[in-house]
Amino acid sequence: MNDVDFLLWVKGPAFSAAMVIFIAGMVLRFFEILSLGKKVNYAVPKSDPVQGGLREILRRFGTDKATFQRSLLTVIGGYVFHIGLFVVVFLLAAHIALLKSIIGFGWPNLPTPVVDAFAVITMLTLIAVLAHRLQHPVKRFLSTPSDYVVWASTFVPVLTGYMAYHHLLLAPSLMLGLHILSVEFLLVIFPFTKLTHAFTLFLARWYNGVSMGIRGVKS
Amino acid sequence: MRLGEIPIIVKDEVPIEGAPTSALGAYLHERGVSRRDFLKFCGLLASTMAISPALIPKIAEALENAKRPSVIWLSFQECTGCTESITRSHSPSIEGLIFDAISLDYHHTLQAASGYGAEEARAEAMKENYGKYVLVVDGSIPLDNPGYSTIAGISNLDMLKEAAAGAAAIVAVGTCAAYGGLPKADPNPTGAVSVADIIKDKPIINVPGCPPIPVVITGVIAHFLTFGLPELDSLGRPKAFYGQSIHDRCYRRPFYERGLFAETFDDEGAKAGWCLYKLGCKGPVTYNACATTKWNDGTSFPIESGHGCIGCSEPDFWDFGGFYQALSIPPGASGKNAVYAAAVGIAAGVAIGAMNKKSKADAAGLHQTVTVEELNQESQS
Repeated sequence: MNDVDFLLWVKGPAFSAAMVIFIAGMVLRFFEILSLGKKVNYAVPKSDPVQGGLREILRRFGTDKATFQRSLLTVIGGYVFHIGLFVVVFLLAAHIALLKSIIGFGWPNLPTPVVDAFAVITMLTLIAVLAHRLQHPVKRFLSTPSDYVVWASTFVPVLTGYMAYHHLLLAPSLMLGLHILSVEFLLVIFPFTKLTHAFTLFLARWYNGVSMGIRGVKS
Repeated sequence: MRLGEIPIIVKDEVPIEGAPTSALGAYLHERGVSRRDFLKFCGLLASTMAISPALIPKIAEALENAKRPSVIWLSFQECTGCTESITRSHSPSIEGLIFDAISLDYHHTLQAASGYGAEEARAEAMKENYGKYVLVVDGSIPLDNPGYSTIAGISNLDMLKEAAAGAAAIVAVGTCAAYGGLPKADPNPTGAVSVADIIKDKPIINVPGCPPIPVVITGVIAHFLTFGLPELDSLGRPKAFYGQSIHDRCYRRPFYERGLFAETFDDEGAKAGWCLYKLGCKGPVTYNACATTKWNDGTSFPIESGHGCIGCSEPDFWDFGGFYQALSIPPGASGKNAVYAAAVGIAAGVAIGAMNKKSKADAAGLHQTVTVEELNQESQS
C-alpha cells in the first residue's frame, strides 16, 4: 500500500465506516437518554420551564467566580483549547468544504495562517492541561485511562493536521492520510467516551434549567 | 540500413544517411544545434533537476560524450498521449532532438517498419545491446486475459518480461506504465497493473503524468546518460522532477494562504485568479514539475489556464474522488450512509431504552409493600 492507496482508503471506506459508527453511536446515546423519560410533574410551574432551560444552556457557557478563582488554569485552559478547536475544526476552508459535502451548506472560512495560529495555541494549551492533570494529585486520582485516550485522540488530529499543512516529517499525502485516520479514530470513540459531552451538555443544562424553572428558582 | 540509424521523428531536416554518429554531442552538432542552444538546454536541465549551475559544463560534457543509447519503446494499454506529448512538444525543440538522438530501435507508433520487419528490429536490438539498452514502457499490462492487448500476437506480459530481461534500466513513461493509470481505474476491467508490479529485478524509473512533461521525459534520459540512475522517491519517481508538489510551487498559493477561493469557474474569485482548491484542485498532494516547467514551450500549466490540477502524476488519480470535488471531500460520501446509520442508532437506542425501562419496571415490581401492622409487629418484637 503506497501513500496514495492509504489516503484513498482513509478518505473512502474508512471514512464511511467512521461516520456510520459516529452517527449511529450518537443517535443511540440520545435515544438511550431520552427514552428513559422523566416523571410527570403535576405541580403548577412557578415560572416558565422553557425559559429556565434556555437560560441555563447559555449561562453555563460562562463560569462562576468561585470556580474561576479556585481553578484558574483549568478554566482558562479549557476555554482556550475549546475555542481553538472550534476555530480549527469549523473555520478552515478544507474542513468547511468537507462539511458542506456532507450537510449541504457551508460558511465563510478564516485565512489559513489565522487557523494555523489557533492550532498552535490549541496544541500548547492541550499540553499544558495534560501536564496539570498529571501533576495535580486530585485530578490525577480522578483520571481514568479513558481520559488519556480522549486527550490523545483530540491532540493527535490537530498535530497531524498542522504537520500535513507545514509538510513536516512525512510526505504531506501520507501525513494527510494519518490526519484523516486520527480524526476517524476520534469519531469512532466519540459516542462511547466523555467526548459525547460536546452534544449531551445541552441536554444536561436543559434538564437542570427546566427543573429549576419549574421550581421558580433562578439558577 | 538499420532502423536505429535513421532519425525516426519526421522533421524538416533531411536525414543524414551513412555511418551513425555514436556520440550525442556530435550528433546534435550535425543536426544544426548550436553550442549556445545546447548549453541552454543543459542549463534548463540543471535547473529542473535542481543541480548547481556550476555543474552545467559537466552536464554538457557528459551529454556530448554520451553514447547514443539503444532504446526499445514498448506501448501497451495506452492512448499514445505520452508519445504525442514528447513528439509534439514544440518543434523543433532541443529536447525533441535529444529524443531523436537516442537510437530508438523499436517504437511501434513511430517506426517506419511494420509487421515482421518491426519485430525483427526489436529482436535484433535486444540481441545486439543485451544488458545495455534502455527499455521505455508506456501503458499498463493486462493480467486478467493476455488476449486483451497483444502486439504481433505476443501478449503484453510476455513481451515485457522478454524485453526487461536484457534491459539496463526501465523507464515507465506515463501514469499507466508507472501505476496502472486509466486502465486500472475502478473497476479495472482488464486487471491492469504497472511495470513495477511485474518486473522486480531491474531498476525502474517511473515518469508519471497523463502525459508526462516532455522535458521531464528527456531530462530523465539525459540524467541516465550523464549521472546514471536518478534518485527516486517512494513512488519510484526521480526526485529531481517530482520532488515538490504543485501546491508548493503554485503561483496561486498566496490566495490559498489568505483563504481566498474561487467557488465556481466563472465567479469573481475565478476571474481574479484565486485558489482553485474548492473546485477540486489536487495540487497539494500531486508531485510534478508542471508549475515550474510548464507546458507548450513554457506557456502555462493547467492551473494557470483556470482549471485545478487533476493529480495525473499520482497513482489512482482517476479514482481520487472526482476532479471537481475539493481534496478534503471523501469520495462517495453520501447522505444515504448517514440516514442508515441514524436509523440503526434510533433502533438500537430505542431497544436499549426499552430494556432500561423494563429493568426499572421489574425492579419496581419486586418492591414489597409493607403494611402498618407489619411494621408495628416488627417494632414490638
